[in-house]
Amino acid sequence: MNNDYIKSLVEKGKRIDGRKLDEFRKIIVETNISKNAAGSARCRIGETEVIVGVKFDIGEPYPDSPDEGTIIVTAELIPVANPDFELGPPGSKATELARIVDRGIRESKCIDFKKLCIKEREKVWNIFIDIYPMNDDGNLIDASVLASLKALSDAKFPKITDDRVDHETKTNVGLKLNKIPITTTLYKISGNIIVDANNKEEEVIDTRLSVSVADGNIHALQKGGNTPLSFDEISRMIEIAVKKEKELAKFLK
Amino acid sequence: MSYTKRNDGRKFDETRKMEAKLGVIPRADGSAMFKTGDTIAIAAVYGPRELHPKFLQDPEKGILRCNYDMTSFSVPERKKPGPSRRSTEISLVTEKSLLPVLDLKQFPSAVVDVFIEIIQANSGTRCAGITAASMALAHAGVPMRNLVSAVSVGKVGDKIVIDLDKSEEDYEEGATDIPVAMTGNHEITLLQLDGSVSKDELLKALELAKKGCSEIDKLQRKTLRDFYKGVKDE
Repeated sequence: MNNDYIKSLVEKGKRIDGRKLDEFRKIIVETNISKNAAGSARCRIGETEVIVGVKFDIGEPYPDSPDEGTIIVTAELIPVANPDFELGPPGSKATELARIVDRGIRESKCIDFKKLCIKEREKVWNIFIDIYPMNDDGNLIDASVLASLKALSDAKFPKITDDRVDHETKTNVGLKLNKIPITTTLYKISGNIIVDANNKEEEVIDTRLSVSVADGNIHALQKGGNTPLSFDEISRMIEIAVKKEKELAKFLK
Repeated sequence: MSYTKRNDGRKFDETRKMEAKLGVIPRADGSAMFKTGDTIAIAAVYGPRELHPKFLQDPEKGILRCNYDMTSFSVPERKKPGPSRRSTEISLVTEKSLLPVLDLKQFPSAVVDVFIEIIQANSGTRCAGITAASMALAHAGVPMRNLVSAVSVGKVGDKIVIDLDKSEEDYEEGATDIPVAMTGNHEITLLQLDGSVSKDELLKALELAKKGCSEIDKLQRKTLRDFYKGVKDE
């Protein structure tokens, strides 16, 4: 696909797959895709597919937050998903993806970390959120956020037997999610703003902004890409992200 | 004590319910899903493509590289992401189990990469991975002399059984696990064993593996045939 062609289409308000500039591809979110996880989900956005599994474990709290558990978000860009992904420890792209998901959940206070406390200064629940893109056709960030939230809402705490976690037995106690922090990534292509870029569009993108919104408030931002954004562009991007919150939150009902 | 009844009610020579699907990873050159019971393997093939670094290239023929991995949440206790001694060994034996059916002479200096990801594990994951990989290679159009199918057989208590699940592998009075892969002509390309069996028991187990692999081979061929039938009709 010719990069100039993608740009010239966007300038006319069109896209290679016929979508509008602010239109997502078809979204499908499903839970319980892996039985041994405490919670799991798959999100498909067009041909992009991300699977997420949640696990609980008991650990010691950090000294500066003795009555709080925490979340540990990891993303593995496994070479199954994209011919350019390579084996090896997480690189900067995987780390950034995990941290964007982490901050959206953490900063919106979607999970009350104090409720994860078992015994102050001694024992807290830690929640592992592990993200695996299975097919990368662009916009892994938004798909990862949706799959992570769905997996969290599906998760059930494991049983504790003799002070040890019994990972093979789930209780029927779930996590309470106070908010649903939706992330929409806005991409800039030759002066225009689009959402949900596919893989071919991502190749010609100048810059991007991921906006995490819950109940209309912004909880996390991440600018990526090599070119700057103007005040006006940021304002337009946020406006779209706030609108998309309601649209995307429907898939988590 | 005698092992009289399998936990899930199967006959001793009966595999778990199996499912196969092609083209599950659209970005890959070939891909497949294989499921037996609660074990789910995904295989993606990329290539033949240029091999870097160059010193790994073989000017006579293309090479095969396999990587087996499990998602952290595929097992009850979270598996730390990244390779382990176990996954490294499985990657190696997977490669050796597939190589005999491939013909990579047309692709000098190139590599065919096979990436296997286990997304849900209940024993038999390496065999499920090999079975999925064989279909993914065929889907990618890599020249093959035959398919490879794999199944685990073994001894649980005093019984020779096929397609052990986790509860059987963990059987209190002892279990022997024998992962086997074979070509459509019943040539064995993977053979491992953990446990303790007599020669007669091993041969009996291998006969059972042959029967199981024939069933899997049938399912693989049907899946491939149905997939391309669909393509033609469109």
